[in-house]
Amino acid sequence: MLPSAPSLDRLKSLLPPERFLTQSAELAAYESDGLTAFKATPLAVAVPETQDEVIALVRACHAEGIPFVARGSGTSLSGGSMPVEGGIVITLNRLNRIVRLDHEERIAVVEAGVINTAVTLAAAPYGLLFAPDPSSQSICTIGGNIAFNSGGAHCLKYGMTSNHVLGLKAVLANGEVVEFGGASREMIGPDWTGLFVGNEGLFGIALEATLQLLPKPECYHTVLAGYHTIEQAGDAVSAIIASGLLPGAIEIMEGLAIEAAKAAVHADYPPGCDAVLIIELEGPREVVAADRARLDAILAASHPVEVRPARDANERLAIWKGRKSAFSAVGRLSPDFIVQDGVVPRRRLGEALRRIGEMSREMNIRCANVFHAGDGNLHPLILYDGREPGALHRAEQLAGRILKMCVEMGGSITGEHGVGVEKRDYLADMFSAEEIECMKRIRAAFDPLGIANPGKMFPGKEAPALTHHGLHPLEKAGVISRE
Amino acid sequence: MTPTTPEQLAEAIRATPCVLAVGAGTKPRLSQCDATLISTRALSGIVEYEPSEFTFTALAGTPVREIAAALAKSGQYLPFDPLLVNAGATLGGTVASGLSGPGRFRYGGLRDFILGVQFVDGEGRLLRMGGKVVKNAAGFDLPKFFVGSLGRYGVLAEITFKVFPRATAFRTVRIPTDNVAATMMSMSSTRWELDALDAACGGCDASSQEVPAPPSAPKGSGEAPSATRASQPPWGAVFARVGGPAVALDALTAEILARFPTGAVLAEDDAFWTSVREFKWAHADGVLVKVALTPKRLPELCAALGDARIHFSAGGNVAYVSQPAFEPRFAGFDALTLRGDAPLFPGIAPVVVPGVKTALDPQNRFPSL
Ligand SMILES: Cc1cc2nc3c(=O)[nH]c(=O)nc-3n(C[C@H](O)[C@H](O)[C@H](O)COP(=O)(O)OP(=O)(O)OC[C@H]3O[C@@H](n4cnc5c(N)ncnc54)[C@H](O)[C@@H]3O)c2cc1C
Repeated sequence: MLPSAPSLDRLKSLLPPERFLTQSAELAAYESDGLTAFKATPLAVAVPETQDEVIALVRACHAEGIPFVARGSGTSLSGGSMPVEGGIVITLNRLNRIVRLDHEERIAVVEAGVINTAVTLAAAPYGLLFAPDPSSQSICTIGGNIAFNSGGAHCLKYGMTSNHVLGLKAVLANGEVVEFGGASREMIGPDWTGLFVGNEGLFGIALEATLQLLPKPECYHTVLAGYHTIEQAGDAVSAIIASGLLPGAIEIMEGLAIEAAKAAVHADYPPGCDAVLIIELEGPREVVAADRARLDAILAASHPVEVRPARDANERLAIWKGRKSAFSAVGRLSPDFIVQDGVVPRRRLGEALRRIGEMSREMNIRCANVFHAGDGNLHPLILYDGREPGALHRAEQLAGRILKMCVEMGGSITGEHGVGVEKRDYLADMFSAEEIECMKRIRAAFDPLGIANPGKMFPGKEAPALTHHGLHPLEKAGVISRE
Repeated sequence: MTPTTPEQLAEAIRATPCVLAVGAGTKPRLSQCDATLISTRALSGIVEYEPSEFTFTALAGTPVREIAAALAKSGQYLPFDPLLVNAGATLGGTVASGLSGPGRFRYGGLRDFILGVQFVDGEGRLLRMGGKVVKNAAGFDLPKFFVGSLGRYGVLAEITFKVFPRATAFRTVRIPTDNVAATMMSMSSTRWELDALDAACGGCDASSQEVPAPPSAPKGSGEAPSATRASQPPWGAVFARVGGPAVALDALTAEILARFPTGAVLAEDDAFWTSVREFKWAHADGVLVKVALTPKRLPELCAALGDARIHFSAGGNVAYVSQPAFEPRFAGFDALTLRGDAPLFPGIAPVVVPGVKTALDPQNRFPSL
């Protein structure tokens, strides 16, 4: 049921007309997020500039029973920031003040619309950084990172977004303003901040966060190793893990992804390799030097085609450029694609990749693999042509089979992209009906009316209209690339 | 009541109208309340440990000591550095009390290593949240919420953690200083990537060395320490630990000593850190309070506390305070009493969202906070 006109009037009265968008041309830009297959048109888009305006909007939505979707930069890959029919979008990009940065206490207090890299940029003069580094970091917001507990290439050692959020100020969907945690790395009582991070926008809107900053590692040592087979690369990862080393990143690219990176950014990989492994050590130079000697010995014994250590910062960047461009590059091989984000226990990576290969051959759908090998987080890229009748449906069937395989192996349906709209029907593969009911009760404690991002995460609602999967508009423009 | 399986635990909870779980009782104040106590001590054992995954799952009543020993066999450890391990602390009790030790400085606290839980809610349902792999973003992060929840929102039955390989060598430098907060902050973002950064104030140095006297008021001058503390930054000793391959540590240690000429390498560092983790430095029968703070509030806390013994950890983000008998000096601080006769929250009471309590425990089977 659409809300009656007066209720929108009340919302409208809270902002100047140029910041309350209702024209269909203006709304079009907000119809999808990074999962371009899903679309919905909101009733309106509110563009608040202050925390008080956000609070007033949420309170009005609560009073009128109007659903709302918080939106950062709209780079969600799971439909998380896609609008809901009959609801409004509250876009937070203008809530972008860095309120305070205390280099001695190593914390930054930032508003939710601040861009991820803006935090690290502000911290850099003090030799500090904000650890979470999703590939979309130059464009995505801290609010989005918080809602999805986003990851990146360095999660094994540094954890996800949640591990770096110490405190939060939020307006709950019931209109209440709460403050959880604070500037201390320790706390008394239950970890409310930890519960809020990863809520996928279902509790309310984060206004401001206190983030922990880390000292920037003094020294990096980045190595690229090429292997004839993916099994050999996987065995090398196992040997590194067994050795007691704790690299900052362990990444693998496979066949199709290697070819794509070569074509797209002229990445230079050893010839004849079906798998490329990237390992990065970091820390004080003396520690890295000692660890490096051990890593060299392990790699030498792992039957590589070739091992190429980066000799300077430029070579390091070149290695990462190839890796970070891989997905967008694969995307150029095919008009459309779906990215999956399942996790398997690390020791079963080889088996998981073999089964993905089998399934993809069996269904005759091309699939490229680029993944965070250090934490078992797969990113299979399923290629298809949306103009071919039934192709999307078959691609989604393959995606579904991969997700179910991850759960069967004791893993997860999502490592960092969130459930959103895309994977909500698979939540029940991981959690029992009672467990999902428990989550719904918790959601209701923050959002009794179910107006904050309804239709996301929980299974059961009707699927929104599908269009096609493809590159995010910003990727097409070359602004961002994905991991 | 001593259930031996999660199912028995759930059954016992369903049968008890007002109940609080208790592990080994190493933080006795936390289980002092009007409720039937259920012991988790028989709910013990490592369920799954796969060194190559950097994860393990254990029943909530498992002594942390047992887990640490199993991990050590594969060169791994709990990076959040659990407290009161020798005293017998259980895994569940450690989670529910939300305590991390000095090593949390390097990679994070308990909240940063908990991955999944199986728990019994107030209706006696056995539920799983989180996951068993090192990375998982599906569903709400209830495992984190249970950190510090003090058994008031559910009873943990089984817990999954992420672990790390342990550094092969450690070195500790002890630095006497007349400004503990400034010294710690100046060390916290250096290239050394310290493994732990603690400090002792108030004559309680757990290395049993004498804590340096304030320059203006030598020991025995008759001036009350509280007055001294109020008028100048707190003096004491800072303890900085580096970890890594042994060959690298000499250079790092030498550089720290060059920067802090009053410092010296601590010979018995293992014993020192054990004493810290086991609260050997605290008044045995006194009050022990955890205070969460930031390094810049450290002088304010010292001034408020008078002559209590204080051990700071995590670069000044947490203080453990030992008073011979309770004195209400914690106003304005987030504080929790771990043992002794004192209010559970002698400072600011923690946040409560009543709806979440209702969602997990509608009948108030677990005492409210
Ligand atoms: C090219 C590309 C590469 C990517 N790489 C990675 C990667 O490496 N790792 C990774 O984890 N993800 C990655 N992502 C996914 C995405 O960038 C992240 O999920 C990011 O955190 C989303 O941020 P955003 O500002 O765009 O949020 P949006 O997409 O606008 O919103 C995401 C979710 O957060 C909610 N939300 C936003 N702001 C708030 C707020 N203030 N309060 C409450 N809820 C809010 C929204 O309702 C929505 O549910 C990638 C995406 C793209 C397009």
